[in-house]
Amino acid sequence: MLLTPEDITAIWLSLKVALTATAIALPFGFATAWLIVFKPFRGKVVLEVLINLPLTLPPVVIGYFLLLLLGKNGWLGKLLAASGLSVIFTWKAAVIASAAVGFPLLVRSIRLGMESIDQQLIEASRSLGASWYDSLITIVLPLSLRGILAGSSLMFARSLGEFGATIIVAGNIPGITQTIPLAIYEYASSPSSGTMALSLCLVSVVISVAVLFLHEILGRQLDRSRGL
Amino acid sequence: MKLRIDVEKKLGNFQLQLKADVSGDRVGIFGESGSGKSTLVHLVSGMLQPDHGEIILDGECLFSSERGIDLSPEKRRIALVFQQAMLFPHLSVKTNLLYGYKRCRAENRRITPEALIDLLQLHPLMHRGVQYLSGGEKQRVALGRAVLSNPRLLLMDEPLAALDDTLRFQIIPYLRSVGEEFRIPYLFISHSLTEMQLMTERVLVVHKGRVVEETTPELLARSRMAQSQNGYLNFLRLADPQDQNGLFAYRWGNNTLLISDGKSNKETLFELSSREIILFKKHPEAISARNLLDCTVTEMFQSDGRMGIVLATQGETLVAEIVRSAAEELNITTGSTLYAAIKASSFRRLD
Repeated sequence: MLLTPEDITAIWLSLKVALTATAIALPFGFATAWLIVFKPFRGKVVLEVLINLPLTLPPVVIGYFLLLLLGKNGWLGKLLAASGLSVIFTWKAAVIASAAVGFPLLVRSIRLGMESIDQQLIEASRSLGASWYDSLITIVLPLSLRGILAGSSLMFARSLGEFGATIIVAGNIPGITQTIPLAIYEYASSPSSGTMALSLCLVSVVISVAVLFLHEILGRQLDRSRGL
Repeated sequence: MKLRIDVEKKLGNFQLQLKADVSGDRVGIFGESGSGKSTLVHLVSGMLQPDHGEIILDGECLFSSERGIDLSPEKRRIALVFQQAMLFPHLSVKTNLLYGYKRCRAENRRITPEALIDLLQLHPLMHRGVQYLSGGEKQRVALGRAVLSNPRLLLMDEPLAALDDTLRFQIIPYLRSVGEEFRIPYLFISHSLTEMQLMTERVLVVHKGRVVEETTPELLARSRMAQSQNGYLNFLRLADPQDQNGLFAYRWGNNTLLISDGKSNKETLFELSSREIILFKKHPEAISARNLLDCTVTEMFQSDGRMGIVLATQGETLVAEIVRSAAEELNITTGSTLYAAIKASSFRRLD
């Protein structure tokens, strides 16, 4: 298997982007799922549609919207520029793109986990003297761990494969924003680099299989610790 | 415990309008499913807010729409016991038990884990995972967990409905002992007349979202005698039987009762339907029924077309049921003396 130093960088970058995106999205995903499952409020449907939109939109469209938002003339871009930050065409943009695209998957899984929690368990904890956040941390969080785990794996894997949105907001700059899919795209565009593309494809497969295995193993451990 | 509730709540098409002022330490809420009992539980515990009205427990306002008071559930100190045990599946039996205790202020900790574990006989369960407990064991742990939070009121929402008959009557003594030993008042919600008779001293009858009657379990059971499938149920708690030709001979007041399905060496609860008692005006000379009790009529009541005859016999009381024409034929009035015949097999052992 042939891997150039740029390929190695791309692999590390992919892992870094996917991990950061997942880690940042996790608390927000948990909070959003909690809001949807446990809190009655007006406009819940709107929130749900908004969250799930990236699932149905072409990633390129999301990328383009992000570019409008974060670009030099976008309102968030201006705000960031004022504080001396530039996000576009850096690895941070790749993180944002991955987070936007993977977020609905994360929320969906956590939500499924939370929906399986019997409401009476929460009522029991409240009646036993737990405040809402105490109950959230001691009952809801541990009982949605499986959903959190599934959502994180799914989002991590999705982030590794992110292409459409990333190429628009982060570009395809080797060593800086070039992740595995972008590198494969570049190899595939030049007819002589077939084997190079194949090597990276194999790396992708290995990482994906590893993620799935890790997910299964952690899930089993969780079940075992609960004696299921 | 003194509970004053005057609330309105609209849930879909269901309009709840509960108004009651009840005091007592063992209060029952009786009603069919869909009558609004569970909503009442939610309103009192603070899981649901009334649209209107107020709830006052022992002089403290838990909710008042007028004064803008809505105490959060954890501050009400009202512990819930559900139909399903609802043990936290990710915690051990011990951590479940201590969940509320740990969150209870030190000055409110009256009941200690040691005393409770002894009373509910939870020792053998302490180190087991909650999913390895049987239904009855789970419910015992759930009860213990609620009691250990040292609540000022226990709210039991059909706690026995998910258990089969045998288990049900095994749990009842525990439920009662908790109230008696630790003096925690409780609201006991159920659709079972038997449970009302065994668990409560006062009963609020809820029907279609309204409190329609406040009564005692005794009067409730009497008024429903004719409609009920088994008539009025007499409950007898008997102990230390002697063997008498294969039957169990129990002392009951100054009478001896012969019962086929007894149990040695233990206090046992028996149920005797008012319809299993045959009344004689004169002493029948030869009779196959093994129990013939000398009784005096102390009270008579009507339930639809049936007559309930309250009998005093050697310091104990029994309710028998006859049709009105029989009462007229035998010329039964208060003060009449009668003989009550009961077959040894008519007593149903409950625990």
